[in-house]
Amino acid sequence: MSNYYNKEIETAPREYLDAIQSMRLIRMVYNCYENVPFYKKKFDEIGLHPQDIKSIADIVKLPFTVKQDLRDNYPFGLFAVPKEKLVRIHASSGTTGKQTVVGYTSGDVDRWSEGTARAIMAAGGTKSDYIHVSYGYGLFTGGLGLHYGAEKVGATVIPVSSGNTSRQVQILQDFGSNIICCTPSYAMFIGETIREMGIDPESLPLRAGIFGAEPWSENMRREIEKSLAIKAYDIYGLSEIAGPGVAYECCEQNGMHICEDFFYPEVVDPDTLEPVPDGTFGELVFTCIGKEALPLVRYRTRDVSALTHEKCACGRTLVKMQKPRGRTDDMLIIRGVNVFPSQVEHVILSLGMEPNYQIVVDRVNNLDVMTVKIEMSELLFSDSVRQIEETERRITAALQNTLGVSATVHLVEPRTLPRSEGKAVRVVDNRKL
Amino acid sequence: MPIKQISIFVENKPGRLADITAMLAKRDIDIRALSIADTTDYGILRLIVSHPEAAVVTIREEGLTVSATNVLGIAIPDVPGGFAKAIKVLANEGISVEYAYAFITPEKGHAFIILRVADNEIASEALTKAGIRLIEQRDIFE
Repeated sequence: MSNYYNKEIETAPREYLDAIQSMRLIRMVYNCYENVPFYKKKFDEIGLHPQDIKSIADIVKLPFTVKQDLRDNYPFGLFAVPKEKLVRIHASSGTTGKQTVVGYTSGDVDRWSEGTARAIMAAGGTKSDYIHVSYGYGLFTGGLGLHYGAEKVGATVIPVSSGNTSRQVQILQDFGSNIICCTPSYAMFIGETIREMGIDPESLPLRAGIFGAEPWSENMRREIEKSLAIKAYDIYGLSEIAGPGVAYECCEQNGMHICEDFFYPEVVDPDTLEPVPDGTFGELVFTCIGKEALPLVRYRTRDVSALTHEKCACGRTLVKMQKPRGRTDDMLIIRGVNVFPSQVEHVILSLGMEPNYQIVVDRVNNLDVMTVKIEMSELLFSDSVRQIEETERRITAALQNTLGVSATVHLVEPRTLPRSEGKAVRVVDNRKL
Repeated sequence: MPIKQISIFVENKPGRLADITAMLAKRDIDIRALSIADTTDYGILRLIVSHPEAAVVTIREEGLTVSATNVLGIAIPDVPGGFAKAIKVLANEGISVEYAYAFITPEKGHAFIILRVADNEIASEALTKAGIRLIEQRDIFE
């Protein structure tokens, strides 16, 4: 059984990909120069003319784009096409500032949908499957992104959107959904709900899940695979580049194949901005060579990842990216030490606890104070205060060991930390910096 | 025959005790004794109730963390030195008491005390040998 949506591209030889990428990059650079004043100005400033870009290797000559550029040109300033060519607008939630607005031509939507279609097929999806989409529908790219991909595959979409978890479970049972798409934290929540409702996950026709839009760990993957009795696949994307489906996992489950014919990836050192070799972690950068409406040039994602160009055992030749380790801007600096929420999660999971936690950072007397709230579970609980304090000490020591900075552990009642149906609220930074 | 005590993890927030005791009242579960161990952030509510299994299920259904533990119950004469005598027996045997709490009993002239020790069997033996009467679940709820 072939799990390719587009075998010709997904297994293409490197020279063939190079040729496509070179052709698309050249066309894109002209599009930017002629239709986006922001890019014309930027190129002129460094004396770069579109003629200087002759192949994909010349990409390093191009300037970088950052999220602030999208904000400065809010809402449509970076669009390269007139209104009549746009067919869709999406926007990111803007939790850290003004929301970022993205636009698509019908060709853009088509190529983006091909990305999610590749992801669905790589996860074993076929046209005879019911695809249960529990990502939110709306300005967020998750819902519609997977929706269009599922239709492209020819499968039957169940556009449930997020929320109303017991109804989600009812649909999983009654409609017999085969593949579910949502955030990993919501998948865990659905798993908990299934258990509480006394349903045997093995009895459901569900066999795979495609999860993304927030960081998750290998431990979380195992938990989800167990609690839903499925195989869990990772999917990567960001609205600035397209949405989910920029990269997707295959059956090997060890990295995500990037749709590099549409979204050209680089990994650079976040300080020097120089590209790093394969396998080295750095900041992931994308150039939207397959986009017309919003052709971002060398967009810095802030995601920390690494690339590998080796051919995958699944047969695909498309470059793979490692699961992002964190975000350069998610990184908390606690008393001068860099802390990623994913490290805290790793500690919690390595102690056999459920990853229901929240990091709270305060500044007390000019000193950063980090508190990790963890939900009490029957595994941690005891009738003896001494025992619980011992457990707290064990967690505190493990955190200190991994993070290199001390944290106070605060045990809270079960199900009291926010389980967002969009992105999990893992960090509350109360410092007024 | 040890006594079943249930313990519940309670965050220090106004109204938590009221919520939990109301949950039990709704199921007609009678509380005969309780103790609260508290720290700055949380407390452990320990209860001796008429129907421990039902209480565990009820509390768990409400989404709280609960556990059941076997503890010892003793009856001591309600006279000065009554408790001292019992506790001395354990001290002599090198048995330390994690926690203890006393409560009013239906038996006149006696006090009941719940003891949490590491090894119920060793402690029971020592207490029985010293002539201290152990109580059972049904002594509390007769």
